[in-house]
Amino acid sequence: MMEKNTPVERLYNGIIKENPTVVLFLGMCPTLAVTTSAINGLGMGLSTTVVLTMSNMMISALRNIIPDRVRMPAYIVIVASFVTMVQFLVQGFVPSLYASLGIYIPLIVVNCIILGRAESYASKNKVLPSIFDGLGMGFGFTIALTILGLIREILGAGQAFGHQLLPLADSATGKMGYTPITIFILAPGAFFVLALLVAIMNVVRKKAEEKGKPLPPAQGCLAGDCAGCSASSMCTGKSSVSTVSAATSEADGKEEK
Amino acid sequence: MKELILLAVGSAIVNNVVLSQFLGLCPFLGVSKKTETAAGMGGAVIFVITIASFVTSLIYKFILAPTGFTYLQTIVFILVIAALVQFVEMFLKKNVKSLYNSLGVYLPLITTNCAVLGVALKNVTNGYNILECVIYGFGTAVGFAVAIVILAGIREKIEYNDIPEAFKGSAIVLVTAGLMAIAFFGFSGVI
Repeated sequence: MMEKNTPVERLYNGIIKENPTVVLFLGMCPTLAVTTSAINGLGMGLSTTVVLTMSNMMISALRNIIPDRVRMPAYIVIVASFVTMVQFLVQGFVPSLYASLGIYIPLIVVNCIILGRAESYASKNKVLPSIFDGLGMGFGFTIALTILGLIREILGAGQAFGHQLLPLADSATGKMGYTPITIFILAPGAFFVLALLVAIMNVVRKKAEEKGKPLPPAQGCLAGDCAGCSASSMCTGKSSVSTVSAATSEADGKEEK
Repeated sequence: MKELILLAVGSAIVNNVVLSQFLGLCPFLGVSKKTETAAGMGGAVIFVITIASFVTSLIYKFILAPTGFTYLQTIVFILVIAALVQFVEMFLKKNVKSLYNSLGVYLPLITTNCAVLGVALKNVTNGYNILECVIYGFGTAVGFAVAIVILAGIREKIEYNDIPEAFKGSAIVLVTAGLMAIAFFGFSGVI
């Protein structure tokens, strides 16, 4: 067993053991939306990695300063600031990627992975392990997105990273070749590829349990009810709701007096 | 008038928010076990997105755009939406008890739902005026409600079917959603 909280352990944890996409099923919105090609998956994954690492670092550094009651809004502001920076960097330096990812870059703010790691790891650990936790989780996300994008791109267009991998058939000239299954780069294909991934992971999970080495449980919305997800307080803002309602009930109590 | 109707229909059915844009997948997959709860969630989403797109477009038009702070839109929108949902919840709890009883439990679930923020950001990138923002938000939310109610209806039916072991649970739901997405693809020729 590797020692806990060392940089290497954190990277291994994020990329393999608790891979956010494949094992935990977190952040499904961007996973489905941007994996139309490998390059889009890679771009989205790297943007998320930058935000995740920076926000983990910042939240970990401020963990003793941020009051517990307002931590969620504070985390959201920190994450949103980094997302805005990344958005402008991508827009400025990789305009083609910005055009194809579009609205999904600002939507990194509401990615469950980021607030999930902030709450469950960065807010309780030192700065250096938090940075590597962000890097590990980010790379795990990036690798999963790139592979999913690659599968969809090969099946849907016969291409890999924009290069024609399989020569296309041409019925006009009678040329033999690959006929792309276009549906895989369209919206329904995203659902089908993810359904297959979930089905494969169900089998893997069962095998691992039989061996006595169970995988960490899925956390995201795919695990069933949103409220049941361990990150639900982050995804749904429940904790901040309860603090607000506590504050209002206090205020009500004062009025009564 | 004609454009507004086209905008509403287009956002509700042709560019369905979950099935073609993948926004709001969490509640779509998580709260679609029963038709009644799905309808409640759909109602709450319609309510919140319509109000949120109105408020965020007002803020963008009258505060962010004139002062040149448009680059703060992501931060401002997410905070405004989170505060707005809690405010709406408190308001309904105090004043409109009946509506609170039917929608209340779903409201906290939508605070940082990506569909709400997505619609607010889309309104800005598409350059809609305030009326168009409200119509677009309403249409998108109706599209979400339609999709989640249909999915819940199908899930109630397939519950007793003989599904391969590996596909039990969320995998078969994703296959169902994929088939629904193909069906909704048929609408793309409408407009």
